[in-house]
Amino acid sequence: MIPELGNLALMLALCLAGIQATLPIVGTFRNNTRWMALAGSAAAGQCLFVVLAFASLTASFIQNDFSVAYVAANSNTLLPVFFRIAGVWGGHEGSLLLWTLMLALWTLAVTLLSRQLPRATLARILSVMGWISIGFLVFMLFTSNPFERTLPGPADGRDLNPLLQDLGMIVHPPLLYMGYVGFSVAFAFSIAALISGELDATWARWSRPWTLVAWMFLTLGIFCGSFWAYYELGWGGWWFWDAVENASFMPWLLGTALIHSLAVTEKRGSFKSWTVLLAILTFSLSLLGTFLVRSGVLTSVHAFATDPRRGFYILIFLAIVTGGSLALYAWRAPKIGLGGQFSLFSREALLLVNNVLLVVAAGTILLGTLYPLFLDALNLGKISVGPPYFEAVFVPLMIPLLLLTAVGPFLAWKNDSIQAVLGRLRWLALGAAVVAALALLVFKTSVMVAVGVTLALWILFATLSQVVQRLAHAPAGASLLKRISRQPRSYWGMVIAHAGIGIFVVGVTLIKGMESAQDASLHVGQSVTLGDYEFTFSALKKIQGPNYIAARGTFEVRRGADSITTLHPEKRFYTVQKMPMTEAAIDRGFTRDLYVSIGEAAPDGAWLVRVQHKPFVSWIWAGCLAIALGGALAASDRRYRMVARQRAAASPPISSPVHSFV
Amino acid sequence: MKTRHKRLILVLTGLMLLGLGAWLVLSAFEKNLVFFFTPSQVVAGQAPHNRSFRIGGMVEKGSLQRQADGVTVSFWVTDTVQRVRVHYRGMLPDLFKEGKGVVAQGKLGPDSAFAADEVLAKHDENYMPPEAAYALKKGQQANAKTSAAAATAASSKDVK
Repeated sequence: MIPELGNLALMLALCLAGIQATLPIVGTFRNNTRWMALAGSAAAGQCLFVVLAFASLTASFIQNDFSVAYVAANSNTLLPVFFRIAGVWGGHEGSLLLWTLMLALWTLAVTLLSRQLPRATLARILSVMGWISIGFLVFMLFTSNPFERTLPGPADGRDLNPLLQDLGMIVHPPLLYMGYVGFSVAFAFSIAALISGELDATWARWSRPWTLVAWMFLTLGIFCGSFWAYYELGWGGWWFWDAVENASFMPWLLGTALIHSLAVTEKRGSFKSWTVLLAILTFSLSLLGTFLVRSGVLTSVHAFATDPRRGFYILIFLAIVTGGSLALYAWRAPKIGLGGQFSLFSREALLLVNNVLLVVAAGTILLGTLYPLFLDALNLGKISVGPPYFEAVFVPLMIPLLLLTAVGPFLAWKNDSIQAVLGRLRWLALGAAVVAALALLVFKTSVMVAVGVTLALWILFATLSQVVQRLAHAPAGASLLKRISRQPRSYWGMVIAHAGIGIFVVGVTLIKGMESAQDASLHVGQSVTLGDYEFTFSALKKIQGPNYIAARGTFEVRRGADSITTLHPEKRFYTVQKMPMTEAAIDRGFTRDLYVSIGEAAPDGAWLVRVQHKPFVSWIWAGCLAIALGGALAASDRRYRMVARQRAAASPPISSPVHSFV
Repeated sequence: MKTRHKRLILVLTGLMLLGLGAWLVLSAFEKNLVFFFTPSQVVAGQAPHNRSFRIGGMVEKGSLQRQADGVTVSFWVTDTVQRVRVHYRGMLPDLFKEGKGVVAQGKLGPDSAFAADEVLAKHDENYMPPEAAYALKKGQQANAKTSAAAATAASSKDVK
């Protein structure tokens, strides 16, 4: 009964999405305010039904209703209840439902928080979001229905893939999807602007907080995925340039470009067409990311489905969304115009370079990700493009970007003098050079490590000195706390995010340049040394988990005479899927992680053990979190809320002019 | 400076950055593309000798051997027609098993054995790495052809 209700709810949601997508936009052409006003209620109703559908599927999972094929494929009676709930998005169909749920929630949020928008604008935006929702609902109902039944159902389910039975599974997909789907708001704003042909600073001010929030979620989502892969996959990597990771990283790069270009559009009125184009591309790549991962084109831990109908539908949908909006762009962009003027040495110019570098970087990743797929599809041979390619391309593009990240905030809008800025940066540049020389000569690091650390410190110190300079400009006599709180939150957002990049670069550089690992075959009682650390395999015992059995090792870690910690890596065997899995044990620290994983046992009772020393991993995570926090701070800036209030006071939305489509 | 000049400089800078990107991509592609070869192709000498490539197929049953150090392993990868010896030092992925599909990346050694620096994991018991599946399919096709040819040869003999 419950699955049928869920199915019905999905159909009703599709009907309401149809209303939301069509009537309001027709209303804007006919100047019919009633039709326009339908958008909000349709969106709310659609959201209600999607939530119902999602709740039905969740209920089926909790009740172990294995007559639902999707539940049977992704759950099991032995699976703990919170993983059964996470199992809702453990496969292709449920992921789509989660995507649709996120879209419905974002749409509802736009409806509720943008009442002050001109009614016609809001109608256009909600209509665009309605079309996206139709695309997903139709896809789900016709090719990937999560409520499909097999009667009679099996007695027990096939269980969730053991790799996915982790806290990461509960957090990572929702965060990532919040990010992906959140860019649909910026996309819808852009399409609405293209349709109406008007795009001004207010438009940018409206889009900014939405884009920032989406970007923050995507940052957190990618961070979670990386953090999870680091401890779960059992061999201590945190980024593999896997096609699936790239699929989430490309929208992030473009989203980063977008939040910077939106800043220019809001503050200076420049980059208008470019901002719109970026918004379209960012969302297109988010869609591509969702589909690349979920369609089975890529085979990895993330990919499930292999149904040609799905692939075909996906291609058509992508072609319509991307092709259609780009065509609309080509037709309407000249009407929007380029916006204000600026000199070659100004904050705008630097942000333009930032944007070009980010877009080029995303482009090179796209090429490396899709090229093997194209060759394979055209039967031109099987190749793979691995981390060496991405590193060779990405790093040289990021070095100038990192250099400029530190400089950008020092520059004035519109026009600045090179001498003045060089004057401000002189001591910092000198300091950075000294650090680089010290690293190379005294610590004898590799060139890459010296470059990375120097760049990171350059960003950190430049950001700090910019803060000091800015606070010094506050009116005399004000206390430090007052000076700090006088600065807008968006400023602190930028500062923290930039500092986060510096911290992140420290982590990446040092782990890349200085990590070490050792494989050994150990009997209980034996030990292995790695650098200063000695790992002793002191005990092994069998344990019984809810749906697995495991061998659990005890490793005592010593450094000289000091006992550092005791670690318990496990080798698990999941009984339903008959799948072995390595559960690594990690001792996290401020400057290093110690990482132990156990492989298989040889017939003579020796275990294969891998111990790793990973310097500064925590800095990677701290950097990511700081970047996300920066995004959150910037999104919560007062002026976005003030605009809302002013608008509400100035003009009641109903009386706002309806702009005809010329 | 005139607006026209400014725009020209901006466009040129953009093009330069794009060019830089293109150059990086091309040179990185040239050095880092990893091609895939089936065991039959490797045995036929089609695989390069000084460059990393991927090999895939099935781990031959009973072929997995562990060296005295307990860390180095070797096994045969077969596409049911030909087989190649693979050496690897380190932990094998959780789902590595004899009689199952495998993909390895590395270089051919002087002894024409394959020195792998990476053995690729699969993430699901039922899932076969596509490259391994491809190698096995090719191998089976070749087998079918040989047996068909043998059959024709036999029948033509009969006619004689």
